[in-house]
Amino acid sequence: MTVATEIKDPSPEKLLAPVLSAFWDEDRSWTLDVYQRHEGYEGLRKALAMTPDDLIAYVKDSGLRGRGGAGFPTGMKWQFIPQGDGKPHYLVVNADESEPGTCKDIPLLFANPHSLIEGIVIACYAIRSSHAFIYLRGEVVPVLRRLHSAVREAYAAGYLGKNILGSGLDLELTVHAGAGAYICGEETALLDSLEGRRGQPRLRPPFPAVAGLYACPTVVNNVESIASVPAILKNGKEWFRSMGSEKSPGFTLYSLSGHVASPGQYEAPLGITLRQLLDMSGGMRPGHRLKFWTPGGSSTPMFTDEHLDVPLDYEGVGAAGSMLGTKALQCFDETTCVVRAVTRWTEFYAHESCGKCTPCREGTYWLVQLLRDIEAGKGAMSDLDKLNDIADNINGKSFCALGDGAASPIFSSLKYFREEYEEHITGRGCPFDPARSTAWADHRTEVNA
Amino acid sequence: MTTTPEGVSLGMPQLPAPDYPDDVRARLEQDAREIVARYPDSRSALLPLLHLVQSEEGHVTRTGMQFCADVLGLTTAEVTAVATFYTMYRRGPSGDYQVGVCTNTLCAVMGGDAIFEALQDHLGVGNGGTTDDGKVTLEHIECNAACDFAPVVMVNWEFFDNQTVRSAKQLVDDLRAGVPVEPTRGAPLCTFKETARILAGFPDEREGAVEASGSAGPASLIGLRLAKGEAARVVHPRDGGPHDEAHDGAQGGAAPRDTAPHDPSPSEHLSSHDAPQDTSASDPAHPAGPTAEEGE
Repeated sequence: MTVATEIKDPSPEKLLAPVLSAFWDEDRSWTLDVYQRHEGYEGLRKALAMTPDDLIAYVKDSGLRGRGGAGFPTGMKWQFIPQGDGKPHYLVVNADESEPGTCKDIPLLFANPHSLIEGIVIACYAIRSSHAFIYLRGEVVPVLRRLHSAVREAYAAGYLGKNILGSGLDLELTVHAGAGAYICGEETALLDSLEGRRGQPRLRPPFPAVAGLYACPTVVNNVESIASVPAILKNGKEWFRSMGSEKSPGFTLYSLSGHVASPGQYEAPLGITLRQLLDMSGGMRPGHRLKFWTPGGSSTPMFTDEHLDVPLDYEGVGAAGSMLGTKALQCFDETTCVVRAVTRWTEFYAHESCGKCTPCREGTYWLVQLLRDIEAGKGAMSDLDKLNDIADNINGKSFCALGDGAASPIFSSLKYFREEYEEHITGRGCPFDPARSTAWADHRTEVNA
Repeated sequence: MTTTPEGVSLGMPQLPAPDYPDDVRARLEQDAREIVARYPDSRSALLPLLHLVQSEEGHVTRTGMQFCADVLGLTTAEVTAVATFYTMYRRGPSGDYQVGVCTNTLCAVMGGDAIFEALQDHLGVGNGGTTDDGKVTLEHIECNAACDFAPVVMVNWEFFDNQTVRSAKQLVDDLRAGVPVEPTRGAPLCTFKETARILAGFPDEREGAVEASGSAGPASLIGLRLAKGEAARVVHPRDGGPHDEAHDGAQGGAAPRDTAPHDPSPSEHLSSHDAPQDTSASDPAHPAGPTAEEGE
């Protein structure tokens, strides 16, 4: 089928590609039984038949890129681990999903935790690690329960522990619950936290591949990245590359949220557009239109309705001036005040700044002061340039990306909605009614029909 | 030489924290050994140990921090530095049920702000406050990775999805009255202390706790159902979740659709619930990518 005919057929059956989510609708989908019925742990068997170096090359050739936001090639991360160095190697899975808008790893782990565990065993075989960790954010106890249960099942079935499937591979897997800190989603802060310290980012180099957990070579991968590996092994790298684009191959989870008719998880080949996703799912809520949205969480510069046809892959979103990030498509309609939205995000960054770097710690604080004044109608026109200036002094000037993330909503909202900021200043207040934005705002009038 | 009456601060260091009673300490030491054994380096056990001491007293006390320091060979300053960094560790006594209303941007806009404000009025407490009966501690929380279920309320870190002002008020009333409540995703509620023990890495052994609330929430399944051609059977969380004041009947994903609140998309024929569902193109076991369909 050619690309042209594909475009003529915008049915969800053609546009979506459930892989990780393929059997979430089955009873007890989180159990080993159901996972094995869907060829679970077949990818592991194929992986164990390869040499670790061949396995790394295979994952590299598949083109899988990190699903945690940065899009770094997963196989390359594995390849960076020095071999024969006599030190223990570690795999740490980043399950600290906390980026505002991001909600893919949590449902994935809730419904299909074994895909992650199988991916972990494969990755540890590749990088010669005998101890892996899942760093799960603490605030999701239902997911923690299922991880505890799945790990226990995997040990009992011989997929974890000593001499896995007779391969000679030994692997311990520890599930570690965090304690509430957005910053621990940053990989070096996560490592400090896992070492029992305050979660503060480290200066790089050395990178974790050289000196990570306990100063040993460490791979830190996102949940979805690792969970995607078994399917690549099972179905082949050509199958994986048949989806998405040359530089952004494969399938991924898109999370639609906000003022849309059908918020939820949509697993599709990379490169689908927001317009396609909205067309198939009922669009925005009735009677409203899209105003602004994030392609990958609050740290990625926002888009507007001009960007509905941007292909949602790493290159497409980058070329349009933002980042694919975590594919957290938070959609806001015309009832939403952009100043309110940005103020709230900025309050979040100020709260979550770990305080290590001055530009981020002080900058986010002052951004909040200015934004609160503007939102309350007490701002001055000169504040808008000041916002830009402070954001510019944070962006790229801190150890980690939290600062860059804090600057993104400021820059992008001023770029697309400067007039709305000005309205708050000249009109001495917010022209929006927050009651109109709520999920139930339109139901009151319809309900007696 | 410190003959000053107690309570008068002369800038003297605090006295050492009182120890746990012997039996409590012995029990916690056994748990602690199990936790420390999970890690190549003992200090990694600090976060779970803090969850453990929180499960003992409901918050992280000086006694608890002293215990962690003793177990790991750290100073109390080192332990305090960590305990005060993370928001899940409580610094003072609070209620059996921690009710957290997400007020990060998306949930706030979708109604989280209204819910949080209403609960403060309803309970007569501010952010971080506990009701007089010691049942409910109200907090606003940050994004909890459930934006497709907005607005979200967490109780002891179980998900209560698609909340409204009315459903949230009912929720806290039930919690205070001792009426059992069940999360939309998660297990029947246990107390905050019991939750902290799970966080310390001790699995929830209650019968049915892992199974509770099924495989996935309705929003998690929407893409899958569309891909399988089951679009018309998709119950939108907005329509199926607990509704606002006027929608009392609606309960969970099984609720019938009411007053079709949006125009169906082309893919969503209202009569197709009895149409053939799976086609080869939508077989979930063979998810065909756009360029992998030469055979058609």
